[in-house]
Amino acid sequence: MGNTILEMRDITKEFSGVKALNGVSLTVEDDEIHALVGENGAGKSTLMNVLSGVYPHGTYGGAILFKDRECSFKDIKDSEKQGIVIIHQELALIPYLSIAENIFLGNEVHHGGVIDWNKSIDKAAGLLRKVGLEENPTTLIGNIGVGKQQLVEIAKALSKDVKLLILDEPTAALNDEESQKLLKLLIDLKSHGVTSILISHKLNEVEQVADHITVIRDGQVIDTLTRGQDSFHEDQIIKSMVGREITDRWPERDTVIGDEVFRVEDWTVYHPQQDDRKVVNRASFNIRAGEVVGFAGLMGAGRTELAMSLFGKSYGRNHSGKVYKNGKEIALNTVNQSIEEGVVYLTEDRKNYGLVLINDIKTNICLPNLRKISDKGILNLNEEIVKADDFRKKLALRCSGLNQNVENLSGGNQQKVVLSKWLMSEPDVLLLDEPTRGIDVGAKYEIYTIINQLAAQGKAVLMISSELPELLGMCDRIYVINEGEVAGCLNRKEASQESIMKTIMTHQKEIKARKSL
Amino acid sequence: MNQLASLFKSNMRKNGMIIALVFIMVLFQILTGGILFRSMNVNNLILQNAYVLILATGMLLCILTGNIDLSVGSVVAFVGAVGAIMMVDWGMPVGLTIFLALLIGIAIGAFHGYFIAYMRIPAFIVTLAGMLIWRGLTMVILNGQTKAPFEKSFQALAAGYLPGREIRIGQFNTLAIVLGLAVSIIFIVSLLKSRRDKVKYNFEVPPFWAELMKIALIVLAINALAFSLANYNGVPIVLILLAFLILLYTFITQKTIFGRHIYALGGNEKAAMLSGVKTQRVMFLVYTNMGLLSALAGIVVAGRLNAATPKAGVNFELDAIASCFIGGASASGGIGTIMGAIIGGLVMGVLNNGMSIMGVGVDWQQAIKGLVLLLAVVFDVSTKKKGLGN
Repeated sequence: MGNTILEMRDITKEFSGVKALNGVSLTVEDDEIHALVGENGAGKSTLMNVLSGVYPHGTYGGAILFKDRECSFKDIKDSEKQGIVIIHQELALIPYLSIAENIFLGNEVHHGGVIDWNKSIDKAAGLLRKVGLEENPTTLIGNIGVGKQQLVEIAKALSKDVKLLILDEPTAALNDEESQKLLKLLIDLKSHGVTSILISHKLNEVEQVADHITVIRDGQVIDTLTRGQDSFHEDQIIKSMVGREITDRWPERDTVIGDEVFRVEDWTVYHPQQDDRKVVNRASFNIRAGEVVGFAGLMGAGRTELAMSLFGKSYGRNHSGKVYKNGKEIALNTVNQSIEEGVVYLTEDRKNYGLVLINDIKTNICLPNLRKISDKGILNLNEEIVKADDFRKKLALRCSGLNQNVENLSGGNQQKVVLSKWLMSEPDVLLLDEPTRGIDVGAKYEIYTIINQLAAQGKAVLMISSELPELLGMCDRIYVINEGEVAGCLNRKEASQESIMKTIMTHQKEIKARKSL
Repeated sequence: MNQLASLFKSNMRKNGMIIALVFIMVLFQILTGGILFRSMNVNNLILQNAYVLILATGMLLCILTGNIDLSVGSVVAFVGAVGAIMMVDWGMPVGLTIFLALLIGIAIGAFHGYFIAYMRIPAFIVTLAGMLIWRGLTMVILNGQTKAPFEKSFQALAAGYLPGREIRIGQFNTLAIVLGLAVSIIFIVSLLKSRRDKVKYNFEVPPFWAELMKIALIVLAINALAFSLANYNGVPIVLILLAFLILLYTFITQKTIFGRHIYALGGNEKAAMLSGVKTQRVMFLVYTNMGLLSALAGIVVAGRLNAATPKAGVNFELDAIASCFIGGASASGGIGTIMGAIIGGLVMGVLNNGMSIMGVGVDWQQAIKGLVLLLAVVFDVSTKKKGLGN
């Protein structure tokens, strides 16, 4: 057993009344790889942001002891001075600068403000050797792949004399080979006195390299496993990750399932920029009348891309596959065509893709439905108010009036505006992407109730969600999506958090096997 | 009285610019010793500023999309030059020339629009290129020289008056007065009709006395203008053209699906696209329309000068852009009205005219106009912030 390098005691962090972290204590030993696992939104990233000073001292409760000294970081610079470096999921590199320039950005090698480029490049080359990256330090960041960029980030951390390296989902965007290289590097760094905290969804990787695994759920530490003492079996970890009591957080619904309304066959979509990358690969699924079907999967599994590419080909290129509605093949080539066919998509990102924030409620609700309130292209502004007011009442929208700008509404009410906008188009198939993201518990319940009402009206509802309990509570069937493919379909009885995770893991192994053939 | 205050406050942003315009008018009426509102000067104000107001109308649509068009001044010159060559050198009839000039404007606008909407090249760059291209070509086809004169009928659009100048009541032009009364009646009827519609829908309407006050003020303004024009040469043809454009574009932006789509595109392009707005087509049409209105302004400018010169229309784009921003349009798109842009244009016009009468040099005029632009936008931004606080 080594000495303790970091001790976080009783960390509590609130966001406007909601506790994201509730008395979390974490102990990290010298020269180890400490894995942090948990569901989306469990509080892993929040904890690391507290540690690295993104949330300054005083905005959270509890104490941080680094190398036995109590720390009160004001910002990231502060924590970096102590040797704590965080590498975020979205890399913070500048594509138009060279590797060397990126490594020393904000930390330039200089004499009196004049940069010594020769020394910079020489030092950068040394760091690149350390991380095992064979690239010229003068190469532009934009010209190397994500895997290599990740290594540059680590080289940058090393340049700051890092003692504790925090990596948030470092392998999320990497392929297997690159991932393995990165994990090996972490083990190598360990022997050179660099401790790592690794946040990851990929349990097999965690199993492979971690010395300790801490499981976080709902802002609390559930379990800490030690290599050699505890079993690192995936099942064990998954159980700790998701084992939450499911109470009646979801309104009751008597499901009456009718005929098939919507069917997608062999839907394949390519990445908008990378020609040979399939983002959705031969996905097939169906939804019946009165049914709520879920899409479960990890972040980046391709669920949003699948739904969005169906809605007027709003995502990706080279779409292929067939779409049927009520047994007849239909084409959804443009957004308008989709709306006319009664297939609508509610975005996961309502502020950027769902609403015109500077416009008022009625304008937003009517935007896709202007034909309904017009005659030969001329609007009836009074009819607009009547229609919008109808939805304000139906969905219990809380606002000062229909003329209120949507940017001043709460998240839940904004979501109701986006829902209204699609309900007004009288759809038969609703593709709802994270319909409850970022809204409070009460509003969530209201949204669930609306979804149930839609199903009761015989509409076909697809619900994409990263919160497994929500899917389990709401859906009649759950499709598990992984790496752009439908990994499996579980009915209400079969579906559980364990079985979903299991399906993902099995599918990942399958893909791996397929690739190695 | 309280009610009046709150009504006034809630329309502060909308009315702010009108109040500023009235204030500037009164100020210069005093500073110029009453010359500003003399019949002849009112008439001049209209003729001098017609081109800016036409351009501001089209520019507002561009600004609503979150962009600008820098090429309009050069397009004004180019269309004027081509028209001059058609009429002076080739002897083409006036009607055909105007028709072809407008077509050329549409083609130029579509040319810009293609690159902006479909090739996704920033509008700033495309129209900056257009500014150089059309100015350069103007000088090429005019050989750097001025082409003149034009037929009377071509000048009429810019500098002519409605017929019937001999029919007078006392010293007043009868037609102008009759037109003023007719417009007043149309305004009152349409306002009352819209009020009745709202009542039919059971919507809340402002108190009747407030509507009456609004009617009284606007009818007074219309008839004051009519009398002023009647006291001089009657109604300028270009005023009729302007009124038609203002009504048409107000209608398009406020009451049509296309107008809504422009606002949505400027407010949030991605959300608009995902709501079924054909954003590329809307962008293309907005710039094509700007080309058309630039050509119209080009015809008016050439007619007023009675010549096509290589230097025509220099800096017109800046006047048009400034008008929109003074009139409350947002540089990031999605906010602004035609009426606002027109009022902005009038503020600039009155400033120009008033200062010229006072004998203020062009150097000072520019500096003062710049300051007014800055102040107007500062005022706009600060009232917006307060609005959010509520």
